[in-house]
Amino acid sequence: MNTLAGNKFYWLVKREFWEHRGGFLWAPLITGAVFLVLNLMGIITAEVVGARHGIHFGASGEMQHVISQMDAGDMSQVGMALDIAMYSSMALIFVVMGFVVFFYCLGAIYDERRDRSILFWKSLPLSDSETVISKVASATLVAPVIATLAGIAAGILQLLMVAVTLSFHGVNVWQLLLLAHPLRVAFNMIGHIPLYLLWALPSVGWLMACSAWARTKPFLWAIALPVATGLLVTWFGIMGLFNLSAGWFWQNVVARALFSAFPGASLIADDDLVHTGKNNLDFMNLSNTYHLLGSANLWIGVLFGAALIAVAIWFRRWRDDG
Amino acid sequence: MSAIVTARNLSKRYKNATALDNVNFEIQSGRIVGLIGPNGAGKTTALKAILGLTSFDGELSVLGYDPRTQRDKLMEQVCFIADVAVLPRWIRVREAIDFVAHVHPRFDRAKCEGFLKRTKLTPDQRVRQMSKGMIVQLHLALVMAIDARLLVLDEPTLGLDILYRKQFYQSLLEDYFDENKTIIVTTHQVEEIEHILTDLMFIRDGKIVLDTDMEAVGDRFAEVMVNADKAAAARALQPLDERQVFGKSIFLFDGADRATLEALGEIRRPSVSDLFVATMKGTYA
Repeated sequence: MNTLAGNKFYWLVKREFWEHRGGFLWAPLITGAVFLVLNLMGIITAEVVGARHGIHFGASGEMQHVISQMDAGDMSQVGMALDIAMYSSMALIFVVMGFVVFFYCLGAIYDERRDRSILFWKSLPLSDSETVISKVASATLVAPVIATLAGIAAGILQLLMVAVTLSFHGVNVWQLLLLAHPLRVAFNMIGHIPLYLLWALPSVGWLMACSAWARTKPFLWAIALPVATGLLVTWFGIMGLFNLSAGWFWQNVVARALFSAFPGASLIADDDLVHTGKNNLDFMNLSNTYHLLGSANLWIGVLFGAALIAVAIWFRRWRDDG
Repeated sequence: MSAIVTARNLSKRYKNATALDNVNFEIQSGRIVGLIGPNGAGKTTALKAILGLTSFDGELSVLGYDPRTQRDKLMEQVCFIADVAVLPRWIRVREAIDFVAHVHPRFDRAKCEGFLKRTKLTPDQRVRQMSKGMIVQLHLALVMAIDARLLVLDEPTLGLDILYRKQFYQSLLEDYFDENKTIIVTTHQVEEIEHILTDLMFIRDGKIVLDTDMEAVGDRFAEVMVNADKAAAARALQPLDERQVFGKSIFLFDGADRATLEALGEIRRPSVSDLFVATMKGTYA
């Protein structure tokens, strides 16, 4: 019975992947490819323009000479620059993934009601909770895992591209690559996925609850309700009753409901993180990002997320469009 | 015989209308029941209640389960085709089979593939590339491969041409139905299912107005073709309905004495559609 339940869940997730292959798989792959091609074109353009103007940057080995003269501090700066190049190639993929997850959640339950295919899914022995949770798993695990893998691949290619270009200017590629930390970057990104899941829950829950509840235009409801509440709270200074500013409401309620499913949102929201490690990339390390686990913000969000998912399950069970 | 569906005082009210009004009925195992009524009579609501798709008042037991609270268990033994074209448009034939095979414990994959071999559907075809008739073929192949005890069909052939409609009911009878299965079907194309039904239920304004098996229909109702000179005598027997054909009158009687009727003219068994029209007179007035 247990294996059957697990098997069912696997197929439910697979079903979501079939339907949303474009967003989950092709969007990150194409974004990564476009980013790399643009970069390559940029590098080629720079090389061509450089050559035409007779600038032979580092051709006689001065570049290598410069590197050999660097002390440990400078070296770590080069490494950081390379790591940033790697992170940056991932950033675009994650922005795209954020949009994919946002709209996936909004449509996840609404679309099947609109095209009436919900009647087919409901003719099978699948409970509403299994189904909705498989959708949550698709948004918070399948999408980020694929995006992360695509991001790591793009990042490594980006790193190689930079290194090979520099090698044309007399820099030792291997020495350079040793300065970067591709494994650490990859490890940080993969390790971030569970944290992403927890942080994204209130947003995923809110969007899916709207998707399950709205008779029409879930997008409008999902945006309008929190924003209108935020405006009311601001105008009437309601948060003053709790000794909190209206800004607190926008940041901790409105933004959490709408934008938490964008990867990296937790980094921006984590004040401590921004203040530690200003001048290096250590703030991306899991030892730093995971101290969010100690914040009430995260766990209250998880609770609200779980409650909203329960609401979505209830509406999927009982919503009767006649 | 055991009851598959038992309804006691089943009611469903929407904001401004009563869809089901204290309905009582029982459906036995191994029957093919036609649930027939005009638009808005409550057919779909009754089916939705049986399938646990809507809330209701009163008691309803389907295969011993309460569809409100035990829907997940119930759906292992119940199947339905709610409408044509509810299959998701993105799904491929092969994906649909794979999916159902892995989530439904009573699905027989070989059977389904056998049914599909008789059609023009190919494994890579998507639902959005199919005609309505082909979608129903796929849906029916999936459903018939499930060994369910109760199959519910809500207007399953709406919008299909006559070839697909005939094929649909023929497949159901030949390849699916047996004494352990029960089928409930609603449709407006009464003439086409008349000969396959074992039971008949008429529903009007949320009430069951006729609940009988087909054999009893012949005993209880009679249609008599009466010459003009005997028409007044026939009218005195309070017929359900009267219509004129070629200068003769055709009367429909409910439970009238056979011998009396034979004296009036030639007796026939009424068709379900004539019975339906007579019973539903004035519905839209």
